[in-house]
Amino acid sequence: MTEPATEAIAQQQSTGSLDARGDVGDARSLWSDAWRAMRRNPMFWISATMIAVFILMSVFPQLFTSTDPARAILERSREKPSSEAWFGRNIQGYDIYARCIYGARASILVGLLTTISVVLVGGAVGVFAGYKGGWVDSLLSRIGDVFFAIPLLLGAIIVLVSLPRSTNYWFIILKVVLALTVLGWPSIARLMRSSVIQVKPNDYVQAARALGASPWRVIRSHILPNALAPVIVVSTINLGGYIAAEATLSFLGIGLQSPAISWGIDISSAIVGLRTTPHMLLFPSLFLSLAVLAFILLGDVVRDALDPKNR
Amino acid sequence: MPEVILEAKDLVKHYPIKTGIMRRTTGHVKAVDGVSFELHKGETLGIVGESGCGKSTLGRLIMRLEEPTAGEVVFEGLEMQKASTGDMRKLRRDIQIVFQDPYTSLNPRMTVGDIIGEPFEIHSEVVPKGGRRQRVQELLDLVGLNPEHINRYPHQFSGGQRQRIGIARGIALNPKVLVCDEPVSALDVSVQAQVVNLMEKLQDELGLAYIFIAHDLSVVRHISDRVGVMYLGKMAELGTEDEVYEHPTHPYTQALLSAVPVPDPTLRGKREQIVLVGDVPSPANPPKGCRFHTRCWKAQEKCKVEEPQLIDRPDGQGAHRSACHFAELRTIVETVDVTQVEPDDRFAGTDVRDPSDAEAAADVPAPESVNEHVAQDRNLPGDATTMVQNDEGAPDRREI
Repeated sequence: MTEPATEAIAQQQSTGSLDARGDVGDARSLWSDAWRAMRRNPMFWISATMIAVFILMSVFPQLFTSTDPARAILERSREKPSSEAWFGRNIQGYDIYARCIYGARASILVGLLTTISVVLVGGAVGVFAGYKGGWVDSLLSRIGDVFFAIPLLLGAIIVLVSLPRSTNYWFIILKVVLALTVLGWPSIARLMRSSVIQVKPNDYVQAARALGASPWRVIRSHILPNALAPVIVVSTINLGGYIAAEATLSFLGIGLQSPAISWGIDISSAIVGLRTTPHMLLFPSLFLSLAVLAFILLGDVVRDALDPKNR
Repeated sequence: MPEVILEAKDLVKHYPIKTGIMRRTTGHVKAVDGVSFELHKGETLGIVGESGCGKSTLGRLIMRLEEPTAGEVVFEGLEMQKASTGDMRKLRRDIQIVFQDPYTSLNPRMTVGDIIGEPFEIHSEVVPKGGRRQRVQELLDLVGLNPEHINRYPHQFSGGQRQRIGIARGIALNPKVLVCDEPVSALDVSVQAQVVNLMEKLQDELGLAYIFIAHDLSVVRHISDRVGVMYLGKMAELGTEDEVYEHPTHPYTQALLSAVPVPDPTLRGKREQIVLVGDVPSPANPPKGCRFHTRCWKAQEKCKVEEPQLIDRPDGQGAHRSACHFAELRTIVETVDVTQVEPDDRFAGTDVRDPSDAEAAADVPAPESVNEHVAQDRNLPGDATTMVQNDEGAPDRREI
């Protein structure tokens, strides 16, 4: 007996305030509900602040340091942290603090661009496969499985090595993004396909078809808004993974290369002083870990906020 | 007899059963297996039958949400399955559907205004862009919801209110035929009555023809002009409401009607209840001959071999279509049609308007007809206790 109860409440409200009843009341969609839940979560504010700082760092590194990260003072190589160079200097005599600040750009760029292209490619394939079904679905799913079977790093190494070499910063960034996208899209495609298949048989999709809506309209206004939540959560968490993957590739010497600045390059070059001057390794690694952690935390918070079972 | 607006001719829908790694087709589920009927302008055709008999599939075939394996649906002389894309688009305006579950039939991410306004977005020629919002509010008013709730989301409404939103979307384009796929099955009894009354009111005002699919025999009798009884993908009996309910000739209809609860204690134990033995056979492998012969107490050799046709057979007073070789009248239980009986004013009415919405509507300037409703509803106690009383009182005014 939901109706009488609702009516009773509505009646109480109507006797209470006559003016407030006319408007929409608290118009709450799933997204605004999620936003409410997130605002109350301190983890959201912590991760959002960290991400904001990292993004600011990658756009305006000059705000954080006035030292030139490319200025090598070789005679002060491996200097311990001091008031002049906060994080000390590395083997080339670079200021580690400035390198950490300037290194954020590569990581954030690779992370964001890879996530965007993976969501676009994987999402499009997933929606198409899930909506069409039949042999189209089978074919696309099997193609995805082929890419899924290749280990991420091994596959990325193959892609990067087979692409033409260049020292252009943007070219290398895009190469890394391409390599990670080629190997990353199947996971999002699978996820998207399964949520589309889940949403598709719903009566509101059938109702739109009965009204004569085009497939594009059905997908755009009915299927996508209802199938997007899991993809958003997973791609936020994956973003941290892509940042780590970029650092790994740079560490291995096939991603970005000097003179480009990246946390991965710095970690790689700091290995020589692992026992004698560990600060050279510590600071870039710390920045990398914090960036990855920030995105994974945010993904976690978003997942909790979108999951109705947690409310 | 008014003209025929929609006609189904030998509709067949078989779903393939695929097994093994190679997904080879090893059989077919015969969901709908040769159903024919016609729908007249402005009438209500009830389709009843138990779960899995193909009622909903039939509705989806009529809507062309699925392509039939064989047969055709003719709408105003136009064959739907052969219609071009452009013709089909126009046709969509004339045939609309209301779904069973009001909790899945509305997109949770869209506001009520967007949901009811979507038909106008798709068929943009019907209402010019500027007038759409107003038209949506008129529709909300028509189905007895507060027009100011246009910006709310579906989850802010109760089941009955959601079903009204679904109905508003269905009638937005002024269709000629509305296929109602169990529109009240998911609702409480008191709310069922409100929605059924709303549908009757809309039929009077808009001249709609309904195909009313349901498994609740009393609801179907209340709203229908003609009734078709389905069993295992076939039409067992088809006739006017009186013919089917008062003079059923098919044994399945008789058994079905004998199972309807009678809300009259004095009749307890006095009526004959036909208890069928066995289960409904699988639609993947339906019995040969008459589909019902495995459970029929009248079955003879002929029934196992020869399939009975749905043709006019005498029912004692006249004749109506029945698919039984041995069709004969059998009085199951005395039933009273209370459609014409004045409602008892000791019980709260089941008017189409929610008291809460009516109160709200009274604050805004409303058309004349709405004000009349409001005037009636003002006397209506809206708190929970009286509503429960109304629920208990409902069977007294219910037929059968």
